[in-house]
Amino acid sequence: MSKPASRKIALKKKEEIAGYLFALPAILGLLIWTIGPMVASLGISLTDWQILSAAKWVGFDNYRTVFTEDLFFKKSLLVTFYFAIGSVVFTMLASIVVALFMNYGVRGQAAFRTIFYLPTIVPIVASSMLWVWLFNPDFGLLNTVLKSVGLPTLMWIYDEATVIPSLILMSMWGCGSAALIILAGLQDVPKHLLEAVEIDGGNGWHKFRYVTIPMITPVIFFNLVMGLIGSLQAFAQAYVMTGGGPNNGTLFYVYLIYREAFQYNHFGYASALSWILFALIALLTAGVFKSSKAWVHYGGGK
Amino acid sequence: MRIRKTASFAVLLVCAALAAVPFLWLIRSSLMRTDELFIFPPRIWPEELLWQNYADVFDIIPFARYLFNTLLILIPVMIGVVLTSSMCGYAFARLRFRFRNAWFAVILSTMMLPSAVTLIPTFIMWSELRAVNTFWPLILPAWFGGGAFNIFLMRQFFMNIPRDLDESAVIDGASFLQIYIRIMLPLVKPALTVVAFFTFMNVWNDFFGPLIFLNEDSKFTLALGLLQLKGMYATDWNLLMAGSAIMVLPAIAMFFIGQKYFIEGISLTGIKG
Repeated sequence: MSKPASRKIALKKKEEIAGYLFALPAILGLLIWTIGPMVASLGISLTDWQILSAAKWVGFDNYRTVFTEDLFFKKSLLVTFYFAIGSVVFTMLASIVVALFMNYGVRGQAAFRTIFYLPTIVPIVASSMLWVWLFNPDFGLLNTVLKSVGLPTLMWIYDEATVIPSLILMSMWGCGSAALIILAGLQDVPKHLLEAVEIDGGNGWHKFRYVTIPMITPVIFFNLVMGLIGSLQAFAQAYVMTGGGPNNGTLFYVYLIYREAFQYNHFGYASALSWILFALIALLTAGVFKSSKAWVHYGGGK
Repeated sequence: MRIRKTASFAVLLVCAALAAVPFLWLIRSSLMRTDELFIFPPRIWPEELLWQNYADVFDIIPFARYLFNTLLILIPVMIGVVLTSSMCGYAFARLRFRFRNAWFAVILSTMMLPSAVTLIPTFIMWSELRAVNTFWPLILPAWFGGGAFNIFLMRQFFMNIPRDLDESAVIDGASFLQIYIRIMLPLVKPALTVVAFFTFMNVWNDFFGPLIFLNEDSKFTLALGLLQLKGMYATDWNLLMAGSAIMVLPAIAMFFIGQKYFIEGISLTGIKG
């Protein structure tokens, strides 16, 4: 073998080793913090395990109980999806509106960006605290405003009928980060496409419907998926603001898991619940991805 | 066109007011006397600004201790995330090794995994190691690549560096470690800053982790301290708002320091921070 060739092979080997060494934290992390615990959790979900006693193998009993006997499970699933879908849809609509108006090139764009982004960096415990106070039926800001314009006041988070819409309203306060992402997408819409619509005699609506919307669907799609996955795992708002109430009206799914595991010490049962959540999210994500072929437009770009 | 611009400006102004009003209500309430909070109809602004409320929060609960605890977690987590995510991002972007893309795809897919699935075994593991109620469970995982999101972000930045830079360094006989430290890291400084800022925000905001792993109040972080304050002074909204403001202000200050990087980071990745 010639000298340069063997040197090349040695170098390739060196790169291989270096690659694994540099990626080692992530690979080990994947095994230790994700794959290992996933396998363990699946195993634990097949046992009756209350942390002080030994684990007892029960097969699929936990899953059977979840689906046939656990009334909290059904309620929790219902309120979790109600909140997740509501907050994702309304937050997305609000961020699209904000982004569209900002894209008109209004003055003070930097200031607007900052103001809309600020609510998203408020720590969740602090924003939960703040919103409990805003929702206060007697002395809170929201009812004060409603009363001052002559509208009937609401019980907000203290009534099962309005608690989820209230939390959706609160999550809309954080629409700024999605708005900025969509704005970045809007600014990438090629000018020549918009001009082409004009040349063909199209108006503003045509430009919006046939150029702008298709061009930003990938951004919307991505945020929809991540937003849905995130809000299906909502916990802190309910824990801090409502304690899961009223009448379990905000017993979000992760709250249910938390309660079973860390308040009742039902580790096996809680693990079964967590695998059901995992399966649901996986199914849902797959469904959204499948539907995306029909409405998400991937242009010639990257 | 002009009218349209003015109209958009007006709409945005209304939206901005809606976004800002809760902040004003937070500050307003934090500076009121307790009895002033419950006057009917509610007062828009306090009669006199009662800064004492902020001092009171520190007297009532050991807020300084909680701040210290938060920093004890924050600093090692930031170092771990910045160091290991940049290492892994470098490997996945620029080094060729077997199964590289498969590893990366699997790591990326963990972003969709609900953390509840790994929570219980992880908790049991830490409790077997007698490390519940220590900071280890909150710090150590950060040293394993710092999460899929940060690895992804770092990789994006490393991919944008021209290929001939490391190729010519290899020809000159530089080792991959030297390339990483001397050539790559200086070029991705903005990315390191983005990752550091996002990490600060995540740790500062983290509520679930401390709630699960810390159970003695000498170990509490600010987030848990605020919750404790709510448990003790459920109707003293001036104190609760002052406590919340104390938690919000550093996050906002951090945002203003790193604003440029934040905006860059979120528009680059398309993911919320």
